[in-house]
Amino acid sequence: MDDPPQEDAAARAALVRLVRDEGARVLATLVRITGDVQLAQDCVQDATVRALETWPRDGVPEVPRAWLVAAARRRAVDVVRRERARTPKEVAAVHDPSGTGPPDAVPPGRWGADPALADLDARDVLDDDLLRLVFMCCHPALALDAQVALALRTLCGLTTAEVARALLVPEATARKRLTRAKDKIARAGIPFRVPAPADLPARVGGVAACVYLLFNEGYAATSGDDPLRVDLVDEALRLGRLLVGLMPDEPALLGLLALMLLQDSRRGTRTDADGDLVLLAEQDRTAWDRARITEGVVLVGDGLRRTPDRPDPYVVQAAIAACHALAPTFGATDWAAVVSWYDVLLTVLDTPVVRLNRAVAVGERDGPAAGLAAVEALLPPGGGGALADYPLAHAARAELLARLGRDDEAAAGYAAALALDLNDATRRHLERRLPERRTRRS
Amino acid sequence: MPQYAAIIYSPDVDWTAPEQAAEMGEYDAFTAAAGAVIRGGAALYPTSTATTVRVTGGKGGDVVTSDGPYAETKEVLTGFYLLECADLDEAVRLAATIPTAWNGAVEVRPVIDFGR
Repeated sequence: MDDPPQEDAAARAALVRLVRDEGARVLATLVRITGDVQLAQDCVQDATVRALETWPRDGVPEVPRAWLVAAARRRAVDVVRRERARTPKEVAAVHDPSGTGPPDAVPPGRWGADPALADLDARDVLDDDLLRLVFMCCHPALALDAQVALALRTLCGLTTAEVARALLVPEATARKRLTRAKDKIARAGIPFRVPAPADLPARVGGVAACVYLLFNEGYAATSGDDPLRVDLVDEALRLGRLLVGLMPDEPALLGLLALMLLQDSRRGTRTDADGDLVLLAEQDRTAWDRARITEGVVLVGDGLRRTPDRPDPYVVQAAIAACHALAPTFGATDWAAVVSWYDVLLTVLDTPVVRLNRAVAVGERDGPAAGLAAVEALLPPGGGGALADYPLAHAARAELLARLGRDDEAAAGYAAALALDLNDATRRHLERRLPERRTRRS
Repeated sequence: MPQYAAIIYSPDVDWTAPEQAAEMGEYDAFTAAAGAVIRGGAALYPTSTATTVRVTGGKGGDVVTSDGPYAETKEVLTGFYLLECADLDEAVRLAATIPTAWNGAVEVRPVIDFGR
């Protein structure tokens, strides 16, 4: 060990990254071999530790993934053999809490595989395994928050503590959520399988929803204070790329990745140095991430080509994001195109929030009076409507009123928004607009 | 192969009443179609015939019986099937063809295999 410690640390970091990058595929194959998510996780963890011990000494193997699968599989065989060697009573106690089952054998995994007998021609099946793992983790029989935690733990390779920090929940909560999910997978027989073609569109939609939720959790979070917090946006992008790699012809996944890239291209410009919100109109467009925009726009094209008949909601939302990303200035945005895309989106995703966003775009295309009429069709000035509890609807209405010089009503609108549940950055932003109106009036 | 209980919740119903004939016909079609995997099941009389039993104060305590089902709800347990399926996806696919799935709800629960 003649290397200076700094190089050591860099080499180790590279190793850790490599092992983690391979982790999801290795885990997926172990889940297939053992038929047990928990056992697979334990064995992959063990193999990871071994890799970090031996690779710096012996060099990184030619195919790290195959090495890791082989090491984890050996561990699984050991564990199962050890369980077989236990006294019948112990085996029965482990696998049959009632104590009434047959004592002679460890039950095979749910998928009937015996790790001692399982084949290992890992390289060509690894992607299939990973795909199966994706569909297992994002199974609709699991609650969405359980899917998200499981995806972070298994597909992104985070530890339970990291999952907890990423989702801003106590570690005990994350552990409970993960245990419960793994328990349901095992007991209810959630299959480790790619769904039948007839079920695939709905199931791909479920996978996309899980990843997009992850992305939005990260995107909406404005607290950059916790240096230990795993960046959910990065993890969501990583999953998005992984899914497109696994299913390159699924429009929803192309659209999802495009949408995430295009939104994230503005990452550095969405808040100012004080952490305060910067509106789209005021963002520094020269600081937008051009590489992400280019990649996102290409993916939008790919997605549109694959959906000539029925538009996909993710692709259409990404197309809208592309209109913004490609506009040289806010004023030069092609608002007619944006409104048209919203009209397309409403044919497949008709929600009050989509209608609100369309109304705001109408305001940019046709002027604040038209925008206000469109917004007030959704948020009647007399109260009520599906958006009555949505602060951004009140804020949008207030903004249009202010542009029309109706300052008193605008102030009341901002106040209505502030009376609702808001994150801190949005609250500060709206509070800044409130006194501005008041000062102008006085 | 795992077994699943497909537990049927619907508005309280007397399956034997003549006006149920049409739905019973749908059930006949289901049992014919799923016959290969149905391992058991029963249709239950309405909850007006139910008796709920509790023993208060632990084992050996007073037996308290009350008229009616465990919980008074709009939709009640009116029957169940025991299905043998490869996995949850197959069980869910089958449960979706039980007529009550579109008149009420079907809960799918894995059955514990004690290995007997």
